[in-house]
Amino acid sequence: MTAETSAAPGGFEMAPRAAMFRSVDALSSLATPAPPKAPGRSLHRFANPGRFLRLAGALQPWLTAGGLILTAAGLVWGLVVAPADWQQGDAVRIMYVHVPAAWLASAGYLGLAVCSVLSLVWRHPLADLAAAEIGPVGAAFTGICLATGSLWGKPMWGAWWVWDARLTSVLVLFFLYLGHIALIRAFDDPTRGYRAGAILALVGVVNLPIIKFSVDWWNTLHQPATISLTGAPSMYLGMLWPLALTALGYTLVFAALVTARTRAAVMERRIRALLMAAAAREDGAVQVAA
Amino acid sequence: MTHLPYIAAAYALAVLVPAAYGLAAMRRLRLARTRLAALDPRPARRETRRETRR
Repeated sequence: MTAETSAAPGGFEMAPRAAMFRSVDALSSLATPAPPKAPGRSLHRFANPGRFLRLAGALQPWLTAGGLILTAAGLVWGLVVAPADWQQGDAVRIMYVHVPAAWLASAGYLGLAVCSVLSLVWRHPLADLAAAEIGPVGAAFTGICLATGSLWGKPMWGAWWVWDARLTSVLVLFFLYLGHIALIRAFDDPTRGYRAGAILALVGVVNLPIIKFSVDWWNTLHQPATISLTGAPSMYLGMLWPLALTALGYTLVFAALVTARTRAAVMERRIRALLMAAAAREDGAVQVAA
Repeated sequence: MTHLPYIAAAYALAVLVPAAYGLAAMRRLRLARTRLAALDPRPARRETRRETRR
């Protein structure tokens, strides 16, 4: 048990308890056949804050370095090396920041929804914290997508904004992110805030296919998709490579930001717990003295 | 280069916003680590030992 406790850098009480449960499980498995594993049970291996901090701490430098290098390479390639478009001129270079931001705005929301399912169905303790940290980062990337799209639209369409189905559905996504951020902070009891936020996140998932297929379902000013998972891309390879690099780099930057924020949130929760325990001890001491 | 102001503004936004978020996250992480080390020095000691071993 001592070895188990020292292995957890968080120093949290869950590690020795987990060891105890494991030994009880081992004894019971001798007497009776093992019951089928409940889905999501293995997910709780990562519910231990110490294990999460250890894993996230090891991943963090790689995510950060990889994200910075790939993003920088993709942006320089897109800005300097990639050719201009025959129709749009150099304004097409905005694509190398706009499209990855748009992909991550949707992917981030999908991550938020997955965390919400983990929280509502399996009560995963870290899923709530991760969802709370994905929200602001996702909102920032959605903001980048909207702003860069506007900067691309002005010279190409002659307008900063049009109430086009694609633009409007992405604006709804931005408001969903803001609503999620506001909702989880709106309750005195954080658990209720997390539950309400998780429900909003799941309701908002319906917007993701609307964003994806809006250019096919409606007659939009926004162009249809040039890259799909099933067909060959209808884009010149000299433009596709920097776009792929920036998209991968931005994805790693997104992951690095969420990981760093979640690590900080786990530590802050531990700090709150320690302070509350200290305050309770002081209260007890005062009552005994009185 | 055509449309330079639009391109420059888009790239500046795309770089500065994540950079600001990254700096804020680093600051928050450092602050949380310092406060946690002050309240509960065991994990911090272990982390320092691991860093030294590397």
